[in-house]
Amino acid sequence: MIRLEGITKAYGDYPALKGLDLSVRDGEFLALLGPSGSGKTTLLRIIAGLAFPDAGRVLFNGEDVTDLQVAERKVGFVFQHYALFKHMTIADNVGFGLSVRARRERPGRAAIRARAHELLDLVQLGGLGERYPAQLSGGQRQRVALARALAVEPQLLLLDEPFGALDAKVRKTLRRWLRELHKQMGLTSIFVTHDQEEALELADRVVVMDQGRIEQIGSAEQVYMEPASAFVADFVGETCVLPGGVHVRPHDIEIVSDVGHPVVVGNVFRKGGMWRVEGALAGHDRLVEFDLESRLVPPGLGQTVYIRPRRMKIFEATERNAP
Amino acid sequence: MEMSSNALALAPPRAIALPRSGRRRARRSVIPGFGLTMGLTLAWLSLIVLIPLSTVFVRSAGMGWTRFAEAAFAPRALAAYQISFATSLGAAAINAVFGLLTAWVLVRYDFAGRRIVNALVDLPFALPTAVAGIALTAIYASNGWIGGLLAPLGITLAYNPVGIMLAMIFVGLPFIVRSLEPVLEDFNAEVEEAARSLGARPVQVFVRVILPEILPALLTGFALAFARGLGEYGSVIFIAGNMPFKSEIAPLLIVTHLEQYDYAGASAIATVMLLAAFALLLVINLIQAWSRRRMER
Repeated sequence: MIRLEGITKAYGDYPALKGLDLSVRDGEFLALLGPSGSGKTTLLRIIAGLAFPDAGRVLFNGEDVTDLQVAERKVGFVFQHYALFKHMTIADNVGFGLSVRARRERPGRAAIRARAHELLDLVQLGGLGERYPAQLSGGQRQRVALARALAVEPQLLLLDEPFGALDAKVRKTLRRWLRELHKQMGLTSIFVTHDQEEALELADRVVVMDQGRIEQIGSAEQVYMEPASAFVADFVGETCVLPGGVHVRPHDIEIVSDVGHPVVVGNVFRKGGMWRVEGALAGHDRLVEFDLESRLVPPGLGQTVYIRPRRMKIFEATERNAP
Repeated sequence: MEMSSNALALAPPRAIALPRSGRRRARRSVIPGFGLTMGLTLAWLSLIVLIPLSTVFVRSAGMGWTRFAEAAFAPRALAAYQISFATSLGAAAINAVFGLLTAWVLVRYDFAGRRIVNALVDLPFALPTAVAGIALTAIYASNGWIGGLLAPLGITLAYNPVGIMLAMIFVGLPFIVRSLEPVLEDFNAEVEEAARSLGARPVQVFVRVILPEILPALLTGFALAFARGLGEYGSVIFIAGNMPFKSEIAPLLIVTHLEQYDYAGASAIATVMLLAAFALLLVINLIQAWSRRRMER
């Protein structure tokens, strides 16, 4: 189990993390979700031992590792831009972690090769061991990076925006595949993302961060359905803010005949299996969006419709955040 | 990497850089076509490099093999070649180590006076070499500041091959530093962190990860510094002592021949120097190309 206690970190005058506490259970797949500048990557790097907190402690299974370097923490780290060794073959990349061990702990050359090929099979890149990183696609490179991190049998796998540099399709395949791998290998994994869809799809628990603080920790379901703050409601999923601090998901809005908020329809288009309607909230300088079932006839442009939230959250103090 | 793929996605299809295999196919470019540019390049190189150098061969060809061999392979000439090549290789090697260190410090650390140190590195480029030679001699000769401290210990730095190397190190340093700087700046810190996260110790990170990636640039700098040292005359002759068989460099021997109006003898030695230098530079370039290719395959 990993515990973080009162983690504080500043870069110069800029406070990156403001006293965070967090526990990660064994075998858990945890997402650190937040906008850029929220401190999520800094937190991941502190867990890894690539950065060090100004105050607070990092505990791995009850043992204080706060002052240990990354090499001593036995973690696997996967970087957004793969960070492969360009001058080494794929197999040498994967075997690197074993080959730098002290002589008495180092497996033989043949054993390292065998292990590298085993891991390449695991990440479905068997047969590419003799190629060089420049010859692989982005998705393949990220899988090599993953195999390389797994080669040292880490107790903890840390991934910094692992799919950030990949295109949407590859990203989706790789995501599903990583989820499988995590389960199969019984790892504890923490990954950083700014993509809420990715966090909700992959993680057992999502840690939503903003401005160096944890806003909410919970399952994907909890974070989406029961946001703890206006920030979470806004950042995770789409949200419309109606007068009175009412936060509603676009799919939780319905059109009623008269007793609702009047909206002047500005745009209507297909989104997935629904109609997406955008319009201006009459009397407020504010845009709202909502979904209508596709079997309904959508309202015409310029028409005024009345809407009502079916399900909502109220965050009083958040009017300032309104779009 | 992202940048380039983004750039490709945004650019109209016509402007997409062709893959390496298609390099020779015509593409739009601000510089006119291959025929014209190549023609100009060859003409220019001929005027500036090939024709002047070929006169060296023409001169020495006119003298007949026996006289050529007599001049080119005289014991004194052989000693001079040996001194020239050994000292310039040695100087380039020492420069490779300390130049790498300098470039590393300049790129990796932000310290007060960094810009001044940065400007200092280029000084050997600008300084008249004779000035450098006189200054080096004044300091390293056994009555100089530093030479004076070492003289009681029996260490002499001037008027011997060590002095020659000192002068060559001085003129060659900027080549190493300036070749390495851009590569070190481009070196991705994440790659280093990845190596450390896999358990590599700092020495292993340097030897197994950083060094191979900067090797092509280091070799380029080495070749340049070596070539510069080999051709260096002005600064070396002040500090070398110029004793035949001990501290006489080949360029000086050439000048000696010229001063005696022995143009044939001078060009014979020059021919040997040219061929040997060309062969060595070619080898270094091949190694460099090989190490670069490994990364781009």
